[in-house]
Amino acid sequence: MKRPTGLRVVVLAYLGVIVALPVGYLIYRAFSKGFSSFMSQVTQPGAVHALVLSLEVAAIAVPLNTIVGVGAALLFARHRFWGHRVLDLCFDIPVAVSPVIIGVALVLAYSKIGWWGSWLATQGISVLFSVTGIVLATTAVSLPYVLRSTLPVLLESGTDQEEAARTLGSGPLRTFWYITLPVIRWGVLYGVVLTLARTLGEFGAVVVVSGNISGLTQTLPIYIYDSWDQNYNAQASFDNALILAAIAVVALVVLGILRSKERNHRGDLA
Amino acid sequence: MAILLNRVTKSYGSRRVVDDVTTSIDDGSLTVILGPSGSGKSTLLRLIAGLETLDSGTVAIDGQDVTFQDVRDRNIGFCFQHYAPFRHMTVAKNVGFGLKVRKQSRADIDRRVGELLEIVRLSDKANRYPSQLSGGERQRMALARALAIEPRVLLLDEPFGALDAQVRVELRSWLRDFHHRIPVTTIMVTHDQQEAMEVADQLIIMAEGAIQQTGDPRHIYASPSNEFVQGFLGPITNFGGVPVRPHDLEIRGANAPGEHAVVTAIQNFGFEVRVDLRTEHDTSCWVQLSTREAETLSLSVGDAVTVSVRHEPALMI
Repeated sequence: MKRPTGLRVVVLAYLGVIVALPVGYLIYRAFSKGFSSFMSQVTQPGAVHALVLSLEVAAIAVPLNTIVGVGAALLFARHRFWGHRVLDLCFDIPVAVSPVIIGVALVLAYSKIGWWGSWLATQGISVLFSVTGIVLATTAVSLPYVLRSTLPVLLESGTDQEEAARTLGSGPLRTFWYITLPVIRWGVLYGVVLTLARTLGEFGAVVVVSGNISGLTQTLPIYIYDSWDQNYNAQASFDNALILAAIAVVALVVLGILRSKERNHRGDLA
Repeated sequence: MAILLNRVTKSYGSRRVVDDVTTSIDDGSLTVILGPSGSGKSTLLRLIAGLETLDSGTVAIDGQDVTFQDVRDRNIGFCFQHYAPFRHMTVAKNVGFGLKVRKQSRADIDRRVGELLEIVRLSDKANRYPSQLSGGERQRMALARALAIEPRVLLLDEPFGALDAQVRVELRSWLRDFHHRIPVTTIMVTHDQQEAMEVADQLIIMAEGAIQQTGDPRHIYASPSNEFVQGFLGPITNFGGVPVRPHDLEIRGANAPGEHAVVTAIQNFGFEVRVDLRTEHDTSCWVQLSTREAETLSLSVGDAVTVSVRHEPALMI
């Protein structure tokens, strides 16, 4: 086989310049002052609080968008209804526009001058400058990933297996759990990992709605930016950035390993 | 009567796919619905199964009106055209699925699955996944899965359509034999007339959403009710303005009684010979001869002959 050397060099160089070099240098700098320095930076109370908050937000946003994403995928794949194209498009808007716009729109809608923000305020619910607001913004910007990774799998797999289950007496819940879900699970899991990466990493929309209150509404990406920009603590920024990156990368790698294991076991590409 | 269809109609948008179909299917029979693609035969099968809902009409199974019954309550065995295997389950789990739904005990399921795999000759493949089976094996697995629930009716949608020719012929005779041993009422859909003639006790011919003719396959072949049926079941040629089967025509020497004709082409297919003729009235027709008949006549292009309808039309089979 002819080895496409030229193409390979181009791809490697491209990846090197935009991914490998910056990330490699980040790893180098994170540990340049030794492992104990790294540990002390990532265990600062502000950093720990930010990490925990980011994880909490992800723990709400990811399951929420997984359920909504799978539900929407089923709806779009199995039913043709009036307006489904428009609805389908709506799912992409949060990632198509700049996250800052999502943040500003949420502030508009939920502040006391907004449509229902004033009503919510009378109920004692404040959305802005609170964890609720962060969850809302994060959920919005990570909305379509599960839908987009699940829908093609669902369309490709067709309805044969589900119909076969029905003829064998299986009800909707059982059919979904034992037939549909196993078929789409890799699509769903891939979407979950993308959603997780996006929720942990979201900056723009969150910074607008959270008010950036240190130790209260500061997520890890905001803490990293703050360390860099406001507190002139570049080392804290490097070290915590590495933690943030590691979580998403580990999730991707684990997914890859699980998947290749199952492929080997079943000897197919399903 | 195992199944009664009364004025069954189904449209998709403005297209009427099944148009006012009324027929009955005998208990324990192996009935084949035969028709070209787009004739509505698969839709009719899905209507019987309950996978589609009727626009109007009724479906009854074993004397019970099931028109509004959900597919999962109809107790029907359905084999899909591409077998619809549960790809993430082993062969044994596939076959046992319907029993698991019926909350049977583990031991009962294992025993029954073992029996069924024996019948469809897949006992040694119980722990394989569908992707590790051949097309014919997948088909038999799908059949075992459908039979596991002891269905009142077995419905097969183009069961051999996706298989190569040799496996197809094998499975056909296997299905005949199988139906002989387990005589559950079976309806099979196909567009292959040879397959239909070989397998069917009872034949239903469909075109454009409507039934063209029903009955014994040999009877339909010998006395088709219209030109569509005649043309669809086998080759036809025009002789003296009348469509006839090319093997019902006879070629004899130039002095024999009959219409005078000249041989224009001879094609030898090995098992049969096709002879094209131009008659004295300047019309063309063709005759199907057995290889032996052709040898006896030893025709060549340009020969003057006479052609006539055989006195006893040769029935197929």
